[in-house]
Amino acid sequence: MTSPFMVLPLKRPPQGLSADLAGPLAAFVMVMLVFSLATPRFLSSATFGSVAFQLPELGLLTLAMLLPILTGGLNLAITFTANIAGLTVAWVLHQNGGVNAGPEAFALGVVLALAAGAASGLVMGLVIAFSRAHPILVSLAMMIFLRGLGEFLTRGGDISGFPAFIRPLGHGMVLGVPVPLIVFLACAGLWHLMLSRTRLGFNIYMIGSNSAAARYSGVDTRKVIVLVYTLSGLMCAIAGIIMMARFNSVRVGHGEAYLLITVLACFLGGVDPFGGFGRAVPVVVALVVLQLLSSGLNLLGASQHLATAVWGMLLVAVMVLRWLAGQVAAALERRRRR
Amino acid sequence: MLRRLQTQTTEMVLLAVIVAICLVLSLASDRFFTLVNLFDLANASAVNIIFAVGLLVVLIAGGIDISFAVAASVAQYLTALALARIGGGGWVSGLIIAGSIGILLGAFNAFLIHRFRIISIVVTIATFNIYFGLLMFFTRGVSIYDLPDWWTGKIILFERQMADGSWAELRLPVLVMALCVFATWALIRHTTTGRQLYAFGDNPEGARRFGISVAAMQFIAFGWLGLMAGIGGLVQAHYAQEVVPNALYGRELDVLAAVVLGGARLGGGRGSVLGCVLGVLLVAIVQNGLNLLGASPYAFRMIIGVIILVAITLSNAQIGKLFATRSEGRAAP
Amino acid sequence: MATAQPGAAPAPRPLLSLSDVSVTFGGVKALKGVSFEVMPGEVHCLAGENGSGKSTLIKVITGVYRPDGEARISFDGEVYDHMTPVAAQAAGIRVIWQDLALFPEMSVAENIAFQEVVGGRPRRVDHGAMRETARKVLARLGTSLDLDLPLRDYSIARRQIVAIARALVGEAKIIFMDEPTASLTQAETNHLLDIVRTLSREGIAVVFVSHRLAEVIEISDRMTVLRDGRLVGVYPAKEMTPSRITELMTGRTFDANVRARSHGAAPAVLAVEGLTRPGEFEDVSLVVRRGETLGITGLLGAGRTELALTLFGMRRPHAGTIRLDGKPVRFRSNRDAIRAGIAYLSEDRLSLGLIQPQSIADNLVIASLGKVMTGGLISRRRKEGLVARWVGELGIKIGRQEDAVSTLSGGNQQRVAIAKWLATDPRLLILDAPTVGVDVGARAGIFDIVARLAAEGLAIILISDELPEVYYNADRVLHMARGRIVGEYDPRSVTLPELEAAVYA
Repeated sequence: MTSPFMVLPLKRPPQGLSADLAGPLAAFVMVMLVFSLATPRFLSSATFGSVAFQLPELGLLTLAMLLPILTGGLNLAITFTANIAGLTVAWVLHQNGGVNAGPEAFALGVVLALAAGAASGLVMGLVIAFSRAHPILVSLAMMIFLRGLGEFLTRGGDISGFPAFIRPLGHGMVLGVPVPLIVFLACAGLWHLMLSRTRLGFNIYMIGSNSAAARYSGVDTRKVIVLVYTLSGLMCAIAGIIMMARFNSVRVGHGEAYLLITVLACFLGGVDPFGGFGRAVPVVVALVVLQLLSSGLNLLGASQHLATAVWGMLLVAVMVLRWLAGQVAAALERRRRR
Repeated sequence: MLRRLQTQTTEMVLLAVIVAICLVLSLASDRFFTLVNLFDLANASAVNIIFAVGLLVVLIAGGIDISFAVAASVAQYLTALALARIGGGGWVSGLIIAGSIGILLGAFNAFLIHRFRIISIVVTIATFNIYFGLLMFFTRGVSIYDLPDWWTGKIILFERQMADGSWAELRLPVLVMALCVFATWALIRHTTTGRQLYAFGDNPEGARRFGISVAAMQFIAFGWLGLMAGIGGLVQAHYAQEVVPNALYGRELDVLAAVVLGGARLGGGRGSVLGCVLGVLLVAIVQNGLNLLGASPYAFRMIIGVIILVAITLSNAQIGKLFATRSEGRAAP
Repeated sequence: MATAQPGAAPAPRPLLSLSDVSVTFGGVKALKGVSFEVMPGEVHCLAGENGSGKSTLIKVITGVYRPDGEARISFDGEVYDHMTPVAAQAAGIRVIWQDLALFPEMSVAENIAFQEVVGGRPRRVDHGAMRETARKVLARLGTSLDLDLPLRDYSIARRQIVAIARALVGEAKIIFMDEPTASLTQAETNHLLDIVRTLSREGIAVVFVSHRLAEVIEISDRMTVLRDGRLVGVYPAKEMTPSRITELMTGRTFDANVRARSHGAAPAVLAVEGLTRPGEFEDVSLVVRRGETLGITGLLGAGRTELALTLFGMRRPHAGTIRLDGKPVRFRSNRDAIRAGIAYLSEDRLSLGLIQPQSIADNLVIASLGKVMTGGLISRRRKEGLVARWVGELGIKIGRQEDAVSTLSGGNQQRVAIAKWLATDPRLLILDAPTVGVDVGARAGIFDIVARLAAEGLAIILISDELPEVYYNADRVLHMARGRIVGEYDPRSVTLPELEAAVYA
């Protein structure tokens, strides 16, 4: 039917190579500028060292959140999936001598942890794909279940006492680069490749925009959804293992505060809240911005809590700027038509 | 009655499940079906029910709010500071202050959502971080124990001594909860505004064609939740007899799960006060029962998680099936 | 109801009259000096293609849009230089929008009496009064529904009745129905027409707004035709035939040559026997040969789309066989069908045919992604090459391959959708309503492509309810009604009016 909106075709922001990078990069430049001017200590290896060590945990969990958001869903169970994976490794190590456990035990633990993470994702994926229940609710239920399971198994306490050789996984350096950062960058690279070059990645975007139309075009939408949540669970497991090595202990609730920050990082990285659009690289840049912000504030003597508040304000600012850009683009379009 | 059964399936199923669980628990534990226990249950659930009916209004209007629990903490804390400044105050001034702060914080969400066309989940995740981060930053995480006497003093509405000498007490939070539940019920069921909220959540475009103001709907829904968050915060501090800035952190998702269990729908248009209260009660009763049966306190969340997962799967599987046979090929959301 | 006097003779003075209405959006004229008149109690058709200005005209009448300068609207004796939504409502002007604008989660009673809860100042809701209002209105329509059930429990046809009931609350004098039969079956349409007759007898004018009017012509008095924002003319409905209406709406005369040819000797690509899905279609048998275009027509609800979806593997037949190149096939999903060489162009391009916000390139390769992969990864070069090839082959006018498909015109979107399926190398292409939402000028281009594909040996099923389309473009035409094939016609041996007579009988 005719409406003034038909005269102006609804246009997406241009999907060029760098269009979605502009926001996070601008924020990056801003943060660097402000803090370099505010404190001379900001541009130092110490700052970047702390960012390099803190980024991976949040980063890996954000990668786990990214896929569900791209399909128009959400995975609220990420942090507790990571905890359960960490617990799995800890359990295997303790069964095999605790501090004296050998590398085989650790390897077995990692395999089982990945399996546990994938299993949690698989269950969510199956429920979401076959019952059409809202992903927020399904993953919320899974989150409550995993939290309970973890607390039940650990009685709310810490589990520690791991062999010394897993310490480097959390604190070691290879060629001057922290090991967790290497793991994160490898995973981010994998995600980037998967999203931009594989059939699964392609289908994720299509389903995120219009699941029914994707199905009519021959996309196995259920399989993709199940895979997305399974991969998300798998990534949580990797995050859980890294967290365990970083803290040298496992406690259910570790990283709980990251949950909503991962969503925030995705939105900040230009991911469409409704799904269908968003790339790994801008999200990584957004993560760097968030960490720089918190490190910079830390240097200025502010607490992590202030950083959290500033993260929230940054998200609001980015969304408002995006709205403004849309208004300007629409105004220009109107003028062009006239 | 038959008609009620037809139109309120979720509520009836919930009620049946609750009755069944209560029966089992009464048989399994002689302490469950006692006045002491039931009153404890009511006292302990009051705050969550206050939050839940507030959240219900936002869900009905098609939104979601992650920030209300930390908003309640902010309201709690600021109220404590304000009351200290004015020299104590009382329930009336406390409610007015806490309620106003809550409304203000809710209205801020509504403003961002409406003015800049940002979806509610993004806005409230941002404000969740802003409210909580600022609260912790400015308070340095310090709790307030020195509250006015009227605030922390136990107020008993009804009490009875049991045979074993213990006291069954129904306390003030239950009264406040009852008032909040009644007010919300009256709002969404019996005022034109409430019906407009349903219509707006159900079909925003249709509501707009009737001249219903989108801005008004957003501000009323988030304002109401803010009000409930403020009141809930005040009552929670009364119940706990202290103001701990991160005491309510994480409560938002538990309440959300209970409200959805009660039949409210993400996406708007559906949900009732009865279902919402039953959803919270179901969770509370299961927790209470497992406690009495000597189950590990840690086991209960696990079980709640399974219950919600099964409930969601079952209720959606039916809808999914209907959808598939009746209108296969129509645009799916 | 002051005006509702059953049997009252229509007054000679028009109930609604507009003269010289123009509307401009951002430099584009959507209406150019249109006049429009409706008599009291009249059943009037407002016909026009998509984009002809029908909806704009309704929105002027209901006050949603303001006409440019000179326009005069007179309604029921009052003269307005522009309407407002509130004034229109109060004056008795009602619109039933195509999407009905109902509230599926709310009760039937509330949907009907919704006007009673509208308004800025909060008031107490009188549920009893709302129910009473709803009951009365439904009784006037000769129906009753359970007033307390949520609307989502009712079919589209019942919802339409609820929408009509809602329009009748208060003093309705004229009701506009925007594409009222678009999603109704034949029986449901007949019931709707009965209701319209009743309203007309009560003195309420009804205006059907549609691009498909065959169903409603018989009970209409007059027809106003719009094209490209201009008035084409006002005609007595009795003199109209479906092909005449199409001619007036499109401005094209269909004296084109019948393209039908014989394919009796060519091997059968698809052979269907006794295919049945209870409630959708029964005992359907048909053959499509290499290079042949088989037309399937019939009214809405005849089971055409359901049949197509079954051939495409998205629904499973309860009985009957499907043979492809002589071999029986059984599809578990449309992926099996696509692999076997069947392609299906959806009737609903906006929400099922294409993924509107995604790029032209992605929409084009989605069904044939395997062709652009090397070593398990998508090759950007191959993808660009494939897209460029099809863009050239079908003459699609695009800016960049990365632009969202929603930025294209309807005709170019449809070409992208066709290219998507051709890229899968199909043996059988099912086109379901391929010209819906495509500009008149671009339609011929689509059919030229179809003819070329057939000439290259592709078997094609062309489903459409626009009779001239199948008549001129198909080799054989099957007529479906109530889920069965009730006739087969050779365009070379029947005339279009004969075919129309058979289908609309």
